[in-house]
Amino acid sequence: MDLSVINPILLIAALMSAATPILLAATGELVVERAGVLNLGVEGMMILGAICGFAIAVETGSPLTGFLAAAVGGAMLSLLFALLTQVALANQVASGLALTLFGLGLSALLGQGYVGIKPPRMPDINFGFLSDIPVVGPILFSHDPVLYFGLLLVAAVWVTLKFTRVGLILRAVGENHDAAHALGYKVVRIRTLAIMFGGACAGMGGAYISLIRVPQWTEGMTAGVGWIALALVVFASWKPWRVLLGAYLFGGITQLQLNLQGAGVAIPVEYLAMSPYIITIVVLVILSADKSAAPGSLGRTFHASH
Amino acid sequence: MKLTTLLASAAVALGLAGGAYADGHEKTKVGFVFVGPIGDGGWTYEHNKGRLAVEEALGDAVETVYVENVAEGPDSERVMTQMALDGADLIFTTSFGYMDPTINIAAKFPDVKFEHATGYKRADNVSTYSARFYEGRAIQGHIAGKMTKSNIIGYIASYPIPEVIRGINAAYIHAAKVNPDVEFKIIWAYTWFDPAKEADAARALIEQGADVVLQHTDSTAPQAAAQEAGNVVTFGQASDMGQYAPFPRVSSIIDDWAPYYIARTKAVIDGTWESTDTWDGIGPGMVGIGEISDAVPADVKEEALAMKAAIADGSYHPFTGPLKKQDGSDWLADGEVADDGTLAGMNFYVEGLTGEIPQ
Amino acid sequence: MIWLEKRPQPSRFFAYVTPLLAVFATFLFGGLLFAALGKDPVQSIVTIFWEPLFGEFAFYYRPQLLIKGAPLVLIAIGLSLGFKAGVWNIGAEGQYIMGALFGAGMGLAFYPAESVLIFPAMVLAGAFGGWIWAMIPALLKVRFGTNEILVSLMLVYVAEQLLASMSLGLLKNPEGFGFPGSRNLQQYDSAHNAEIIAGSGMHWGVVAALIAVIFAYVLLTRHRLGFAVRVTGEAPRAARFAGVNPGRLVLFCLGTSGMLAGLAGLFEVAGPAGQVSIDFNVGYGFTAIIVAFLGRLHPVGIVLAGLLMALTYIGGDIAQSQLGLPAAAIQVFQGMLLFFLLALDLFTNYRLRFGRAETV
Repeated sequence: MDLSVINPILLIAALMSAATPILLAATGELVVERAGVLNLGVEGMMILGAICGFAIAVETGSPLTGFLAAAVGGAMLSLLFALLTQVALANQVASGLALTLFGLGLSALLGQGYVGIKPPRMPDINFGFLSDIPVVGPILFSHDPVLYFGLLLVAAVWVTLKFTRVGLILRAVGENHDAAHALGYKVVRIRTLAIMFGGACAGMGGAYISLIRVPQWTEGMTAGVGWIALALVVFASWKPWRVLLGAYLFGGITQLQLNLQGAGVAIPVEYLAMSPYIITIVVLVILSADKSAAPGSLGRTFHASH
Repeated sequence: MKLTTLLASAAVALGLAGGAYADGHEKTKVGFVFVGPIGDGGWTYEHNKGRLAVEEALGDAVETVYVENVAEGPDSERVMTQMALDGADLIFTTSFGYMDPTINIAAKFPDVKFEHATGYKRADNVSTYSARFYEGRAIQGHIAGKMTKSNIIGYIASYPIPEVIRGINAAYIHAAKVNPDVEFKIIWAYTWFDPAKEADAARALIEQGADVVLQHTDSTAPQAAAQEAGNVVTFGQASDMGQYAPFPRVSSIIDDWAPYYIARTKAVIDGTWESTDTWDGIGPGMVGIGEISDAVPADVKEEALAMKAAIADGSYHPFTGPLKKQDGSDWLADGEVADDGTLAGMNFYVEGLTGEIPQ
Repeated sequence: MIWLEKRPQPSRFFAYVTPLLAVFATFLFGGLLFAALGKDPVQSIVTIFWEPLFGEFAFYYRPQLLIKGAPLVLIAIGLSLGFKAGVWNIGAEGQYIMGALFGAGMGLAFYPAESVLIFPAMVLAGAFGGWIWAMIPALLKVRFGTNEILVSLMLVYVAEQLLASMSLGLLKNPEGFGFPGSRNLQQYDSAHNAEIIAGSGMHWGVVAALIAVIFAYVLLTRHRLGFAVRVTGEAPRAARFAGVNPGRLVLFCLGTSGMLAGLAGLFEVAGPAGQVSIDFNVGYGFTAIIVAFLGRLHPVGIVLAGLLMALTYIGGDIAQSQLGLPAAAIQVFQGMLLFFLLALDLFTNYRLRFGRAETV
C-alpha cells in the first residue's frame, strides 16, 4: 500500500469532471422541485439527452450543437411529463417512473445506428498561462466548457431563486400553489416551464456522459446516475450551492475509492463501493438537523378550481 | 410433473418430438437468449454478430430468433420455453447465469438442442462452450510488458471470478517475463458495464502512473480516457474497438463466436449434433487477436505474432511452469502445463502480483 | 374554451372505462410505432396481449403470469399503504434483495439437512431481512427527521453491493468451481419454494400475495389503523388531532412494505430464481411503485395492474422472439401504456366543460 501515488490535485480535477453530469441534472431538478413538482424521470431524460447529443454531435461534427440538441431532447421528453401532470393531472411519482421507462426505450431505439462510433471531441478551454499555475491551474483551469457551464448554472439558479422576481414567483408557486393562483400567477404555465428547464438540464447532463466523460453511445449507459441526481436534490435541502457540494462529495468518494484500490489499500472492495451511498446517508442524517423543509406543494397536483 | 407432460404433449402435437423437420418447418430454427441489449457494443453485441453470421452462412436453411435483455432466472426459463414451443431446434443461451435454467428447460424438451456459454453443467441435449480469452491476455501481457516505461500496468477488472482472475494471471506472467520490474495495479469495478465508472477507473490508474491499461469490462470508456491522457497504451476488449487504433488501442481480444455458431447449427442440420464441452482459443478462431498496430515496435509485434502462432498450433501454453502461487507455494513444475480443471476454477494469483482477490 | 371541473364524487363509470380507453389508445399509438419499425401493427399487438392469454401455448403462459405478477403485487400492496399515508418507500428493490439474502442464507445454513421447519424459518428470515432494511430509513426518519425517499433509495445500492459480495463470497456454492452464485435452492427440497400444484404457477409467493391483498383490503376498510393511514395521507394535521402517532405510523408503513418486499425476495430466490446471484434482482421493487399507482393504491386495482404489467412483459418477450421487435420498442410501448393509463384517469375525477369558466 502506497498512498503517495494518489495525487490530490488530479483527484480533485477528476472529481469535478465526474460530478458534472449529476450536477447538471440535479440543478435542473432542483428548479422543478422548487416549483412544487416532483419529476422522478431524471434518468429517462438524461439517457435521451445522451443519445440526442451524441447523434447530433456525430452528424454535425460539433459537440456544442450536440449539447444544444441534448437540451432540446430532454426538454421535449419532459414536456410529455408536463402534459401528464399539469394538464391531465396525473400522479407525479408514477408519471416520473413511466417517463424513465419510456426514455430508456426511446433512447435505445434512436441509438441503434450509433453503437461503436467515436464522437467528435470537445476541446478543453485554453486558459493560457493560468493553467500553468501550480495547484490552482490543474484544478480550476484544465476543463471543458460544459463543466464551467455547470458551475455558472448553479450560480445563476441561486441568484435567480434568491434575488429575482422570477425566482420569487417560482418559489411561491412551489410553496403554495393555491395562494399563488389567487395572486394571479399562471401556476400551470410556470410549472411547465420549470419542468422543461429541468428536462433540458438533465439532457445536457446525459450528453456530458456520452460526449465527454465516456465518450461513446451504448444502451442504458447512464447506469443510474439520474437516481443519484434526484437523491442529491433532497440531500441539498433544495439549495443550489449544496447541490454543488453534494455532487462533489459524491463524485469525490467514488473517485477516492477507485484510487484507494489502485494504491492497494486492503479494504474489501465491495464495502468501498458501498461507501458513497453510506456516507451520503450519514451526511444526510447530520444535515437533517437543519429543518429547512421541502417546498410546501411538492408532488401535489394543482387544479385551478380548488 | 404435470407441466412436463403438458409441454411434452404439446411438443408431440407439434411434431417436434419426431425430429427437426417432422413438424413441417423446412428451416432449422435457432434461438438466441441474450443477457444484455444487442447494442451494448460488447458481450451481447458480439454474440449477435455470431447470430447474423449464421444467417449469412446458411441462408435459407436457417431461421434465427433472439430475445435481448433477458434477466437470469425465471424470465430466461420462460424465454427458452417459448422458443422451444415455437419450434426452435437449437437454442444458444449466452450468459453464465442461464446455466441452471438451461438445464431445467432442456430436461423438458429432450429433442431441442441447447448450447450454454461459459457454464459447466451439461446434459444429453446441452453442450457448453467458452473461449480461452487468457490466450489473448498472454499476448497483451507480452506487449504491455515491453511497452510500459513507468513499469506500472493498470488493470480494470469486473468481478473476482475465475474468468477474470485467469486473465490477470496470464497477462501478468507474460508481462513479468519480459519485464521483471513490472507492477500491476488492479481496480475491481464490480460491474460488467458502467461506462462512467470504467472511465473513472482508467483515469485513476493513469493518474497513479500506469501507462498501459488493460480492461476486462466491455465499454470503450477506458480507451477514450487513455487517448485523452495521450501516452497510454490500451487494448480492445470483446470487440476490436478499432476506432481507437492505431493509438492508444494497439491490439485487442475479439470474441468471435461465428465459426462455432455456424458449425453447431450445421451439425443440427446434418443430424450430427452431440453434447460436447468446447473450450476454444486462438487456434480454432474463437478468440481473435485484433490487428497489432504500428504503434508497437516491429520486433515486439513480431514476438507477439510468434506467440500467437505458437499458442494457435498448440506448441505453447500460456500457463507453463515453473510457476508459483502468490503465497510462494509451488504450482507448476518446470515445463508442466496447467490442467483445464484448475484453470476453469482459478481463484488465486500467481507469484509477484500484489494485493488480495476480494472475497 | 375547454376547462375541467372537479367531480364531487369520482365517477364509477369512468373508473371502469378509462383503463379500457387507455389500452385502446396504446393500441393505436403502439401500432403506429410498430408500423414505423416495419412490423405488422395488428400482429404485434395481438402477440403481446392475446398470445399469452389465449394463444396456442396459453396453458404455459397463464401460470407464468402468476409467477411474474406475484412479486409485483406483493411489493406494491406494502408500498400502497405507505403511499396512502405519505410515507415514501422508494427502496423496495433493496428490501427485496435483503429478504432474499436473509432467507437464502437461513436455508443454506442448514444444508444439507432436511426438515419441514427449514422453509418456515426461511420465510421468517426473509420477512425479517426486508423489515430490518426498511427500519433503517424508518428509524432515521422518526428519530432525526431524515428524508426516507433518499435513505431508502441509497440503501438499494448498498444492498446491490452486498448481493454481489454474498454471491462471490459467503453464499458462493462451494461445489460451483469458483463461479459466482449460491447453491440452487430448487435442488434442496426442504428449502425449495415449489409450485403447490405443479404447472399451475401457484407457489407460496402467489399465496402470500393473495393474503396480503385481503389483509390490506380489510385493514383499509375495516380497521382503525387503516383509517389512520388514510387520514394521515389526506390531512396530516387532522390525523394528529385524531390521536394518530405519526412516528408509529411511519414505522408501521415502512416496516410492512419492507417485510412484504423481503418476502417477495425470499419466495423468488427459493422458487422461480433458485439461487442468489449477482444479477438476482430484476427491478421488481421499482416496477412495483408503478403497479401501486396504476392500481390507484387500491388492493384490487393493484392485482389487476400487476397482472397487466406481467402480461406486457411476457407478451413483449414473445413479440421479440416471434416478430423480431427490439426490446427497446417493447419498453416504449409499456411506457405509452402507463402514460395513457395515468393521463386518462383524469376523467374519473374531473369532467370536461365547454364554454367560459366562471371567474371565482
